Amino acid sequence: MNTMIEINDVYKQYRLGAIGGTTLRAEIQSKVAKLRGLEDPNSKLDAKQVGANKRFYAIDGVSFHVSPGEAVGIIGHNGAGKSTLLKLISRVTAPTKGEIRLHGRVASMLEVGTGFHPELTGRENVYLNGAILGMSKSEISKKFDEIVEFAEMGQFIDTPVKRYSSGMFVKLAFSVAAHLDSEIMIMDEVLAVGDAKFQKKCLDKMDDEANSAGRTILYVSHNMNTIQRLCSRVIVLEKGKLVYDGDTPGGVGKYLSVNRSDAINRDLRGIERHRMCKMRVKMLDAWLIDKQNNIYLQDDEVRFAVHWKTNADVRDLTMNVFVRHVSAATVGFSSVAFGTVPKNEEFQTQCVLSLKDIIPGSYTICIQFHEIDASGNALFDDSIDQLFEIEVMENREKIISYQGNIDNTMKMNWNYNEYGSVRLLMDVVENRKV
Amino acid sequence: MDEKRPVTVIRPKSGWFDLPIKELFRYKDLILLFVKRDFVSLYKQTILGPAWAVIQPFLTTIVFSLVFGRIAGLAAEGVPTFIFYLSGNVVWHYFSNCLTQTSNTFIANSNILGKVYFPRLVMPVSTVISKLIDFAIQFSFMLIFVVYYWATNAGVHPNWFVLMTPVLLLQLAMLSLGCGVIISAATTKYRDLRMLVTFGVQLWMYGTPIAYDMFSMGVFAPGSKYYGLYMCNPVTPIVNIFRYGWLGIGQIDWFYYGVGWMVTLVILFLGVVLFSRVEKTFMDTV
Repeated sequence: MNTMIEINDVYKQYRLGAIGGTTLRAEIQSKVAKLRGLEDPNSKLDAKQVGANKRFYAIDGVSFHVSPGEAVGIIGHNGAGKSTLLKLISRVTAPTKGEIRLHGRVASMLEVGTGFHPELTGRENVYLNGAILGMSKSEISKKFDEIVEFAEMGQFIDTPVKRYSSGMFVKLAFSVAAHLDSEIMIMDEVLAVGDAKFQKKCLDKMDDEANSAGRTILYVSHNMNTIQRLCSRVIVLEKGKLVYDGDTPGGVGKYLSVNRSDAINRDLRGIERHRMCKMRVKMLDAWLIDKQNNIYLQDDEVRFAVHWKTNADVRDLTMNVFVRHVSAATVGFSSVAFGTVPKNEEFQTQCVLSLKDIIPGSYTICIQFHEIDASGNALFDDSIDQLFEIEVMENREKIISYQGNIDNTMKMNWNYNEYGSVRLLMDVVENRKV
Repeated sequence: MDEKRPVTVIRPKSGWFDLPIKELFRYKDLILLFVKRDFVSLYKQTILGPAWAVIQPFLTTIVFSLVFGRIAGLAAEGVPTFIFYLSGNVVWHYFSNCLTQTSNTFIANSNILGKVYFPRLVMPVSTVISKLIDFAIQFSFMLIFVVYYWATNAGVHPNWFVLMTPVLLLQLAMLSLGCGVIISAATTKYRDLRMLVTFGVQLWMYGTPIAYDMFSMGVFAPGSKYYGLYMCNPVTPIVNIFRYGWLGIGQIDWFYYGVGWMVTLVILFLGVVLFSRVEKTFMDTV
């Protein structure tokens, strides 16, 4: 077996509460109090509730192997242990238990521009940063022109970096790391920098490194688009545990579906609203009609009802319905105008939403109420962001009926990034050989 | 080809004797670049530049000459007071600068150390080397006076023992590295020690014949009650040999010089062991 990174049952334990930065005196106090059976005078109030031993695992028994040339995305919510894992692999801190084997040199970019000194020039910093990342002087000299060219630096290379714009700074720093001659590259959300053009350039460079140069890339990000572009495999962490290891679309789906609700009846009275909402109209309840779950077939219609109430006289009241893909991109929008509604009236509004053109996936339905004030501005009255979270499943019969025709896109996996979430209807009116 | 790739194994901290000396050598370019960074960044945008390296010990020497030399009368007989204090200060400056700065390694560099791996020992080692540049400047400054006093027959007699200077420097570097590294390993958890360092270094200076001439002090002179104890301070024989070589005053006690080397080696060894024990996980506590 040819592996690049082996992670075997790794644990990383941290103690909760303030241990770092205590004073020797406080430590002795605690020890004495413990000996006398008294309560530790230095323990924090909130730390007590966590439990007696005050320890938790940031990484809790994670194992996986990565082959050469693979680009692996590591995703998970905040605090899932992604950065801790990268820190372990890049040897910033040691694991509590378990073993990591790296078959090659590691270039880790947990931060852009680590060790850049503001007083030094761009040139000096390239050498310093390169050496920090583990390159020798001659290696850096060999790559120097390439680095400068990639960073689009040119004439500024002999200026102290404290005079650089933040964009230039970041470009130069990324460029150094991207040109390291290492077999393994570790990056923590560093691509979220620079302008769109440079980001694209970085992604292309990384793509290139992984595919043609055979470098192994571990990449942590919250940006699903980049993950989908760059990574052929995804690892999902949740509370320090590995919950998914497999292809990218599945991993992204897994990540996005964590914390989703499948409620079909929502009581909206107690939910906190955005502070922008004036609450002159308030949604009280909402429910999916005639459903036991939140799963729909592609040809289905979503029937839902909203129970709402006016707290004041409102003019030009409108209800907006957004359908969003789980990645937060809005897929479609619809709205209903109610006109002027007097104070203290309650309504139940039933709606039918067609899913016919939406491709399978996870979606959320969001509802807003707004009115138009005297000067023509929209005033938000109420808004619920994730009113319903629905799963749209593909309709097998429909695919089969398409197969006989000219349509081949339905047979392959729908590439959400490429095609979007709506399948537009199109009729071929003529197909003539010329 | 895959067989040739280096394999790095990352395990929980375990052994005490997991010393990264070989790896340190591999990162020699980084050490040099850190030295360069320290030097360049320290004197950028200053008018006098490296001259500042001279001004500080120069002023200290003047103060010492006035307070300890003229007023208290503690300087050695036979040589100009100024050169007596300057020679001591040059040696002590190097030692104390190295010590205070290396003892701060983890805390001062936690932003870099928390983001990227390189052998942590690179930082204190490069500190000790970059302070050598300051030393060289101060030492040249001292040389001018030595030559001047020697030429004017003011009682200064340089002799063959000046050739010991590099060895003395090496020992000073090792000793300050060892002490600094022990303190820095301890300060990752207890910041208190950091406050003590400045004070401790000052105390140490008074335990070393920098501000006074030990051979004219009744309690410390050879043959007196506290001589043995006093000479166990490894810096004392170094200062004595340095002054003997360049100025031709005092005397050399080879026995205690040997003891000094033993102490130095033990401290350095302890320091490096402790340091590499702490370096793996210091990010969690610093």
